[in-house]
Amino acid sequence: MLDVRALEKSYGAKHAVRGVSFTVEKGTVLGFLGPNGAGKSTTMRMIAGVLEPDAGDVIVDGKSILSDRRAAQAALGYLPEGAPLYNDMTPPEFLRFLAEARALPRAGRRDAIDRAIADARISTVSHQRIGDLSKGYRRRVGLAGAILHDPPVLVLDEPTDGLDPNQKRAVRALIARMAPTKAIIISTHTLTEVPAMCHRAVLIDRGRIIADDTPAGIARRSEDGTLESAFARLTDQVEDETQ
Amino acid sequence: MIDVFVRQMSGFGAAYRRELGAYFATPMAYVFLAVFLLALGLFTWEAGRFFDTGVADLQPFFMWHPWLYMIFLPALAMRLWTDEASDGTDELLLSLPVGIPGLVLGKLLAAWTVAAVGLALTLPMWVSVNFLGPADNTAIALTYFVSLLMAGAYLSIGAAVSALTGSQVTAFVISVVIAFVFTAAGWPLVLSTVQGLFGTAFADLVARFSFITQFEGAQRGVLELRAVAYFTGFIATFAYLNCLWASRQRLG
Repeated sequence: MLDVRALEKSYGAKHAVRGVSFTVEKGTVLGFLGPNGAGKSTTMRMIAGVLEPDAGDVIVDGKSILSDRRAAQAALGYLPEGAPLYNDMTPPEFLRFLAEARALPRAGRRDAIDRAIADARISTVSHQRIGDLSKGYRRRVGLAGAILHDPPVLVLDEPTDGLDPNQKRAVRALIARMAPTKAIIISTHTLTEVPAMCHRAVLIDRGRIIADDTPAGIARRSEDGTLESAFARLTDQVEDETQ
Repeated sequence: MIDVFVRQMSGFGAAYRRELGAYFATPMAYVFLAVFLLALGLFTWEAGRFFDTGVADLQPFFMWHPWLYMIFLPALAMRLWTDEASDGTDELLLSLPVGIPGLVLGKLLAAWTVAAVGLALTLPMWVSVNFLGPADNTAIALTYFVSLLMAGAYLSIGAAVSALTGSQVTAFVISVVIAFVFTAAGWPLVLSTVQGLFGTAFADLVARFSFITQFEGAQRGVLELRAVAYFTGFIATFAYLNCLWASRQRLG
């Protein structure tokens, strides 16, 4: 469903992503983990077609993000880091804008918007401007935008970052509901939610993949069997190697 | 060929409606319209002596258009791309299956529509000039048309520069400077200096690139194809630059 092939990206002298490859099948939720500045967001932005890779390719539902960008982007839902939104719009206005930009069939637009509003549980704030919403609601409006066109592939950059425990649970439940029919990538800093939410985890550090396994499999690589210490050990190890 | 065009222009309608909505969702458009009309009125009556010319035409009104556009239209256009950059929504836009040219032209046309509303609100001037005496209404209609076209040229500068800088203030200042160069190039004061320094032929060339020179023909009531082609070409050039500068972000 999603095939990421040897992505490379440099910003000037900084080599941010160095040959990242992985595939995600339908029904899989992949946790994309790594320290700050490891290249998570850069990789996700390349998958979403926001950033052009220096080398490599991304195949979304059979379409290349390089040679057939619009078709690939049509099959992909993306929640950028921090869920940027148009503050002067209400959530339904924002979703109508996305539906029009994505050229969804006119007849199905209203249904798609109603479904996204219901799925993201934002019907109670429909009349408020997005700029007046709390962080949790803003994140959910962003999520509604990402799932509006019911894409087979979802790329969510820190969907639960900065949310309170209840909001996190709501987002996790939404992802779990969508999981069987989609290929989903989620980046997160909160390692404790990874085993509950993800079937698989890819650990990235300094632009390279250093582990690709089930959350339990990665956890087993540490002495005490927790994901936290495995994360610390694996990312430290890379640091040692490069010194 | 046609399907390439359709693909490149995808997102045009969505961007147009979104931007137009944004202008009127905030006080932005209303403040712009109010201040623009006030300034235009002030210049026409006080500096242009509208009633003292003894001729039933709108010359004292139209002569201020380039100068007021030079200040006001960059202010209208400066937010078009800088707002996307500061809110991070440019990332959202680039993730949509749309063409950059569609977004660029949609945004430009939204700002242009607000400018057109401003121009439409001056129509009472046109009506009142007809009460003063027999007016050449064809000529006035023509001048309005070229003025609107010229407004698009000023806006295209502002829109393109706003995709370049990321800061509204910087975008405004740079746009006004560029707009000033293209306006003042037809100013007699500038032209006589250029003529003294580089000769008549060069001064003529400079004058030909000035908005004022191009607009003068229209003010005389002559529809010069040259002026229409000039402004259309100017808009196309800056819209192209706008596309380049807006897609820069994709390269990282």
